[in-house]
Amino acid sequence: MTTQALPQTTTIANRQRLTAGIVLLVIALLMFLLFIRDSEPGQQATFGMNLNADTIQIPDLVLPVQPTIYIFILVIMFTAGWQIARGIRSIGVMAGVVSFAFVASFLIWATKDHSFNLVGMLSSSLVRATPIALAALCGLISERAAVVNIGIEGIMLLAAEAAVVAGTMSHSLWVGLIAAVLTGGLVAAIHAFLVIRFKVDQTVSGVAINIFGTGATSFISSRYLEKNIDALNNSGTFQIIPIPLLSKIPVIGPVFFQNNIVVYLMIILVIVMHIVLFYTPWGLRTRAVGEHPKAADTLGINVYFTRYVNVIIGGLIAGLGGAYFTVGSVGRFDQDMTAGKGFIGLAAMIFGNWNPIGAFASSLIFGFADSLQVKMQILGVNIPSEFLQMAPYIVTMIVLTGLVGRATPPAADGQPYEK
Amino acid sequence: MTTTKEVKKAEARTKSGPSLQKTLMGTENALIPVLAVITGLIIGGIVIIITNADAIAAWGNFFKSPGEALRASWNAVTTGYGALFSGSLGKPADMIAGIQNYFATGDSKAMLKAFYPFTESLVTATPYIFAGLAVALGFRGGLFNIGAEGQFYIGALASAYVGYSIVGWPWFIHLPLAILAGAAAGAVWGAIPGYLKAKTGAHEVVNTIMMNWIAFRFSDWLLSGPMKSSGFRPVTPTIEATAELPRFFPDPLRFNWGFPLALAVAALVYWFLFKTTLGFEIRAVGSNPDAAKYSGMSVVRNIVLVMTLSGALAGLAGSAQVLGTDHWVGQGFSAGYGFDSIALALLGKSNPIGVVLAALLFGVLRSGATSMQSLAGIPIHIISIIQGLVIIFVAAPVIIRTIYRIRIGSADETVLTRGWGK
Repeated sequence: MTTQALPQTTTIANRQRLTAGIVLLVIALLMFLLFIRDSEPGQQATFGMNLNADTIQIPDLVLPVQPTIYIFILVIMFTAGWQIARGIRSIGVMAGVVSFAFVASFLIWATKDHSFNLVGMLSSSLVRATPIALAALCGLISERAAVVNIGIEGIMLLAAEAAVVAGTMSHSLWVGLIAAVLTGGLVAAIHAFLVIRFKVDQTVSGVAINIFGTGATSFISSRYLEKNIDALNNSGTFQIIPIPLLSKIPVIGPVFFQNNIVVYLMIILVIVMHIVLFYTPWGLRTRAVGEHPKAADTLGINVYFTRYVNVIIGGLIAGLGGAYFTVGSVGRFDQDMTAGKGFIGLAAMIFGNWNPIGAFASSLIFGFADSLQVKMQILGVNIPSEFLQMAPYIVTMIVLTGLVGRATPPAADGQPYEK
Repeated sequence: MTTTKEVKKAEARTKSGPSLQKTLMGTENALIPVLAVITGLIIGGIVIIITNADAIAAWGNFFKSPGEALRASWNAVTTGYGALFSGSLGKPADMIAGIQNYFATGDSKAMLKAFYPFTESLVTATPYIFAGLAVALGFRGGLFNIGAEGQFYIGALASAYVGYSIVGWPWFIHLPLAILAGAAAGAVWGAIPGYLKAKTGAHEVVNTIMMNWIAFRFSDWLLSGPMKSSGFRPVTPTIEATAELPRFFPDPLRFNWGFPLALAVAALVYWFLFKTTLGFEIRAVGSNPDAAKYSGMSVVRNIVLVMTLSGALAGLAGSAQVLGTDHWVGQGFSAGYGFDSIALALLGKSNPIGVVLAALLFGVLRSGATSMQSLAGIPIHIISIIQGLVIIFVAAPVIIRTIYRIRIGSADETVLTRGWGK
């Protein structure tokens, strides 16, 4: 049934459709100029599909460079045509298809005449996504209760340092891990106290925690860690624990089931948090406090207590994220080693629409961007390494513009509650 | 349903800016920031004590000789803060001796050396003034510009480029051009997240931080590639003499026209914010965007304007640093000016006069911190710890009020969080 659309709306809608379609065509043209023109007809790209000997081996994926890229260009042109003619309802799907085509072509172009371990890249994407996902989960659980926590970066730095120092001094990685988690909880408790009890502006408190965290960790690092590496800054890292049967599956096995405990905990937390937030009464209370605290209060929910609990749990999770950097990755603390991952985690949370599975998926995208720039440097692509390093940050900004779908925060996000 | 409290708050926010006298002499306004700094320094002193080996050893023997423990602690703090003040302000005895020497023998070296710490503090304070103004202007417009760091870098690089690549032009064209280049570059760097916030509601905190990291990587590339001077170090070539901000005194004193320029710009920002219509609009949008929109002000245009001006100011900070003090740009150039300036703006209550005072304080702290590190072995990062604490104290005056038992006055709290954009 067609309703009589106002002439104005149709024109605007038409123009938007046209612009989107033209943008897609421009992307296709760019792909042609960048990738096809810079390669020769006979080249092939070899993608290794096996990471190590534990899995069931499958043969490498060998793709002829130019034909495959032409196929992707055609896919984009087809999408563009459809968009101009009929309009694609789901922007997310369209963006997903186009991004996949572009990134795949980029990879193929970069790998021309070389070989590139695709499974290795996917595995490293998941690993690099871990701190981002944990930061996103921390931000998520506290924002679901309407408390903005921008200080995740500072929390992760403090937790990372605590992990490495505790781990080295006690010769036990688990002690380090617990120290990190507790540190995260403690710092978040301070944030909660300032923000809930004193109604300090949440952004200001978060920024203060960041400044303090960066300063304190650098201070301790300069004063103590750099001079006593063996006694304080050499914890070792968690071993990779392959899960017995599942790790043998090709491609998925090495990526998901051959990781260390921190990565496994992250995956478990994503699932647990999703279930708790959306399928338990406690999660319902949390979300109520985040959407309409007044109503929740009238029903007898203790708004303040719920917020405290949520922010502290978020801090515990961020502490785990901090532990990743040291006991889960390199085994020592370097100043400013989080490199903005706390903020990228917040972007992942927004992109994932404030739900755990979405946040996890967006963290994977960021992890992929991060891992891409490292692999590109190894492959010796012509682009200077500094520009590749910018990739995760640029992706974050693009994500935040909401071009790929608008996200709605919890309604009471950022507002202190007064009874 | 507005309560009387909310009405009063709204009134306070929409009134025109505080008069000069009230800002300078209103004790209510200045009390909390001053106490915040003092408390921060006290806690900094405690940190010094607990990280000082002698003091810890002495406290271990507390019950045998308590006086020893207290003496060792006092020693640690006085050595630390003593180094801080002698490194930042100089020793009066040296200054007097130097002046006497100069008048007696005509040799100015001792005098210059005695005054060096003080001029260095002013020189260090100059970029702080600009950067603090940048963040304060942002706060007034309701925006959190954490990108001052990146804008500083980009402005510095732009000014340096104009400074070293143009040869043979007279200073009255070259110098203003270099300054403008820095301001323009910073303005662009600030306008991008501003535009994104205005058009899409993307939160400027995360975007400006991302722009910071992009600026760092971009400058890494520039300094090891296109803008690199010959030689091994990743630095730009030194700028031409015609692009330098002139210095007042002979070497080694680096005090230059950057400082008076900063004061002039602070006065300009004060006038702009509190005496012009555009400034009023900005403050209105900052206090209550919905009301401003309802009265016909374009919130989008104002957000972009504020971020652009804020970026320009931060770019000027980088400009002043390059053209006046360093004369070249190297990696790791900025000593965290961007983040310090947030503390500055909060401490100065987003008022240009307060910002100047706070910047002078931070200039003293920062230039003294290097002495603290070299003379007393205390890492520079203690300043960041003190700053973080000061921010918390200023943002939560309740803490200071509780500690010092002050009655509640009319404190205008900063409220910036509006969620992630609607």
